[in-house]
Amino acid sequence: MGNPSFDVIIAGAGIVGAACAAELAAAGLEVAVLESDMVGSGATAAGMGHIVVMDDSEAQFALGRYSLNLWHELSERLPASCEYQVCGTLWVAADEDEMEEARRKGRYYSRHQIESEILDPQALADAEPALRPGMAGALRIPGESVLYPPAAARFLIDQALQQGAQLWVGKPATELTGGRARLADGSSLAAGCTVNAAGCGALRITPQLVQWVRPRKGHLAITDRYPGLISHQLVELGYLKSAHASESDSVAFTLQPRPTGQLLIGSSRQFGPADSSVEAPLLGRMLRRACRYLPPLADLSVIRAWTGFRAATPDNLPLIGPCPGVDGLYLATGHEGLGITTSLGTAKLLADQILGRKSEIPAQPYLPSRMLKKETLNLARQPLRPETGSHRDTETQRSEGLSDSSLCTLRLGGKS
Amino acid sequence: MSESITLTVNGRPVTVPKGSMVSAAISRAGVQAFRTSVSGRPRGPLCGMGICLECRVTIDGRPHCRSCQIPCCPGMEVQTDG
Repeated sequence: MGNPSFDVIIAGAGIVGAACAAELAAAGLEVAVLESDMVGSGATAAGMGHIVVMDDSEAQFALGRYSLNLWHELSERLPASCEYQVCGTLWVAADEDEMEEARRKGRYYSRHQIESEILDPQALADAEPALRPGMAGALRIPGESVLYPPAAARFLIDQALQQGAQLWVGKPATELTGGRARLADGSSLAAGCTVNAAGCGALRITPQLVQWVRPRKGHLAITDRYPGLISHQLVELGYLKSAHASESDSVAFTLQPRPTGQLLIGSSRQFGPADSSVEAPLLGRMLRRACRYLPPLADLSVIRAWTGFRAATPDNLPLIGPCPGVDGLYLATGHEGLGITTSLGTAKLLADQILGRKSEIPAQPYLPSRMLKKETLNLARQPLRPETGSHRDTETQRSEGLSDSSLCTLRLGGKS
Repeated sequence: MSESITLTVNGRPVTVPKGSMVSAAISRAGVQAFRTSVSGRPRGPLCGMGICLECRVTIDGRPHCRSCQIPCCPGMEVQTDG
């Protein structure tokens, strides 16, 4: 009796693996998805769920815009559980330098067919009265949205299952090659090709990724319900320059209104730690920064804080396409903090490559083969810490996802 | 006779012995649903020790106070959301 055989086996049922499964199954392929934990766990469960187009590079922008449009198209079919809301993004400028960046960003987005609007200090205060007075202004991107990522991953997996895909939960892939997936129990499944879409878990399955993908830890916190305090997803414009270009531990202000009235507070970035525990000093820095931007936060209760691990690449672009050196293995990982947004674009680009279709945007900037060029790797190698081997540790999938410091009720600041 | 305290629950005066928690005053006022869950279901105290967060009410304008952990004070204004 032979093992079942599939056209494609995908490792990982986070939002990226789920989107790839839905796309490939819709194209008529026989798809199997292997998930070690649960659908929409890992970084998908840990992240904020902000559908946002970033412009660190033209390639990052192109994939973001393509994906944003795909989310718009999909949104009519998303169930209520996905909590999809087009609340818009406000990039908040604290000073005139950041306002200049807001104008530059606005011009760039407008030139590339994304609607944007500059808010002067008064317009910003009117739009978000809870923000600290004296802000220089903001850039508003009205078409961006938020959603609840685990539910979106579940929806995408269900789409795939309706097209005949198979899902195995609790059966992690331990090795992927072109022709087969090996499972933890020693058995294997035959496939036309395989896809490693396991986020940071991809490192364990495909060890050569250790050179290209590093886990980047992040913290988030969520408050009790305070409806109406803010109405947009807020992000500080310093987000790019201050925090996330850095190799050292960093925090940047971002705040999301949830439909329940809860507020999701971010963000932090750290290379190095393999331990998923909540780190009070960094959480404190993150919360204090949030309070500086939105003073009323100081009087609210945080009900939970947790961490997750983003799969970061040296050039801040995902790995989408054939894995160099392993025929028939494709990669769909390395999305860092943008995987929720770019999952849909990733799925299209990956399916286009597997099926030999022409893609709507150039696939070349995201091909994993770019990592073979020394200059790409050098982007990350310059200020690296000595213990870059720490992510060799075979972390369990659970520790790559939610680390729940359950019901730690924190009072953010003293009552005045 | 122990000292007593008068406060209001949903605008109605309630008198309780000094040292009573706000949750006790709410119960004495005859209120069972302290708050409403996200899905609209009534909620009331479960653990009585500040862990379950089911007994949250607004006290003197401050939302989400755990009524089982806060002693009553004279003149306190308690608002439930049940």
